[in-house]
Amino acid sequence: MGNEFFSFCEFGLSWFMENSTPIITAQKLSKTYGSLKAVNAINFEILPGTCYGFLGPNGAGKTTVMRMIYCVTPLTSGRLTVNGENVMENMSAVKRGIGVVTQDDSLDYDLNVINNLLVYARYYDLTREQAVRRADELIEFFQLEEKRGENVRTLSGGMKRRLQIARALINKPSILILDEPSTGLDPQARHHVWSKCHELIEQGVTLLLTTHYMDEAEQLCDKIAVMDRGHIITEASPWDLIKSEVSPYVVEIRGDEAARNKILKAVVDQIDFHEALSDRLLLYTADAIPLHAHIQDMDIPVKTLLSRRSSLEDVFLKLTGRELID
Amino acid sequence: MRNKAPRVRVRAALRVWQRNATVYKRTWKLNILPNFFEPFLYLLGMGLGLGAYITEMEGMPYINFIAPGLLISSIMWGATLETTYNVFVKMNFDRIYDGILSTPINPKDLALGELFWGATRGTIYGSAFLSILFLFGMGLHWGILLIFPMIFIIGFMFATIGLLFTSMIKEIELFNYFFTLFLTPLFLFSGIFFPLSQLPQAVQIIAWFTPLYHGVELSRGIFNQVWGVELLGHFAWIIGLTLLNTLVVLRAIHKRLYN
Repeated sequence: MGNEFFSFCEFGLSWFMENSTPIITAQKLSKTYGSLKAVNAINFEILPGTCYGFLGPNGAGKTTVMRMIYCVTPLTSGRLTVNGENVMENMSAVKRGIGVVTQDDSLDYDLNVINNLLVYARYYDLTREQAVRRADELIEFFQLEEKRGENVRTLSGGMKRRLQIARALINKPSILILDEPSTGLDPQARHHVWSKCHELIEQGVTLLLTTHYMDEAEQLCDKIAVMDRGHIITEASPWDLIKSEVSPYVVEIRGDEAARNKILKAVVDQIDFHEALSDRLLLYTADAIPLHAHIQDMDIPVKTLLSRRSSLEDVFLKLTGRELID
Repeated sequence: MRNKAPRVRVRAALRVWQRNATVYKRTWKLNILPNFFEPFLYLLGMGLGLGAYITEMEGMPYINFIAPGLLISSIMWGATLETTYNVFVKMNFDRIYDGILSTPINPKDLALGELFWGATRGTIYGSAFLSILFLFGMGLHWGILLIFPMIFIIGFMFATIGLLFTSMIKEIELFNYFFTLFLTPLFLFSGIFFPLSQLPQAVQIIAWFTPLYHGVELSRGIFNQVWGVELLGHFAWIIGLTLLNTLVVLRAIHKRLYN
């Protein structure tokens, strides 16, 4: 009896350990190109089965971090382990456990849809039967049945992205890397990609993505690292970031500068803080409705006056003093 | 931070070869036809046309003199076209390598796979050429069997030369220099059309350092069944350059694609 109980505990413990041991660990990870420090001594840990996002403007170092993880770029210094393997020592083993969707479409345009999957399966040494079975599953999962024998050129942007994700999953990786998965897609295609991502997380795949879209990070990520100029400025869940860095609501005002300044002067003691940008004024507050009404009552002519929930973009602005979209 | 560049793996290289073969299989009928026309035109134009004026060269009909060398030059064009333009496009425009390198295939595996494929394309060119020579009644003896492994090896040698150049350049236009300033002189001055013994000694010495010359001499020896120790010398030269160049080019591609 005692023995059984003990082994039960052990099982519980090992389950717990397995799920709390990071699948990716970076310590003082750095990458230098000439005099440019693309990634500057960053640390992070990613837990299995979660979605971790790198958020930041172009040039922040997000893609370089991804490239070091999937072993196409060597580290300049630091240490990076993926699935327990050091990326500088065992490239092939690391890559075997990762699926990659690169930012620029790297599909094989010399092959049709099904052959893109089958040829890719060979790189992982899958047998022909395994490859065919897996490719069929993926084509169904990503709803590409009708395009099975078609040339990749005939696919829409959304379909190409789905095929790229399907291809990345051919070897059932434990980690899926998505470098800006929805850039350039129309809203419908974006939502389709996101819903597939949610399904994958449910299946236990660890998702790692870079994005400069706030809504994408909010939709998908359990944890976000905000990157700027090679550094991680902060790391938390999307909601915690919004809660801790900005107030829950924003009142946004567009109009000429004099009018904006006048409003700011009048309400400055009713708000938590503000950001005065070149073209608009952002007022952060815990409760937008009375503030909004108050400004309306002032009867100062402005171009637009709107209230909204705070977003990660506001967090980024607050942290760096710069707008994210560049 | 230095890391051990992973060792090249033949199995992984063959995956890359297979990818190219899959693509080629789709269009091979269209692709292969010119490989037959080309020797035909050369033999008609140079062998019979020019041959009407030059009736004999080193004791044989002119067409028989040039055919073994032209065979080797066709391998050269086939293998180098593959590892120059085609590799450059896959590497820089079509992003095929971005896709391949995010799988367990590493840059050195990829490079070796492209070399195998370049050698394969050279072999396809060479075999088509050879079949036309057989039609013209040339090389119909048992000794000719030796030419088959030579075709592949010489194809491999030229694949390494093309890939080495590709690993060094960033602009596709630079291939013009490779073809006009390197391959064309090789084509003209490697003893295909006239014996080098007629040229000044300095030219002969330069020729000895160039790859096509040894291929041409080897091929002519096999075709005319002149078995001598010089053939072994040419063979050793080719193997030596191929091995050396393979080591250099694998490192160069690793450096280019892993940075």
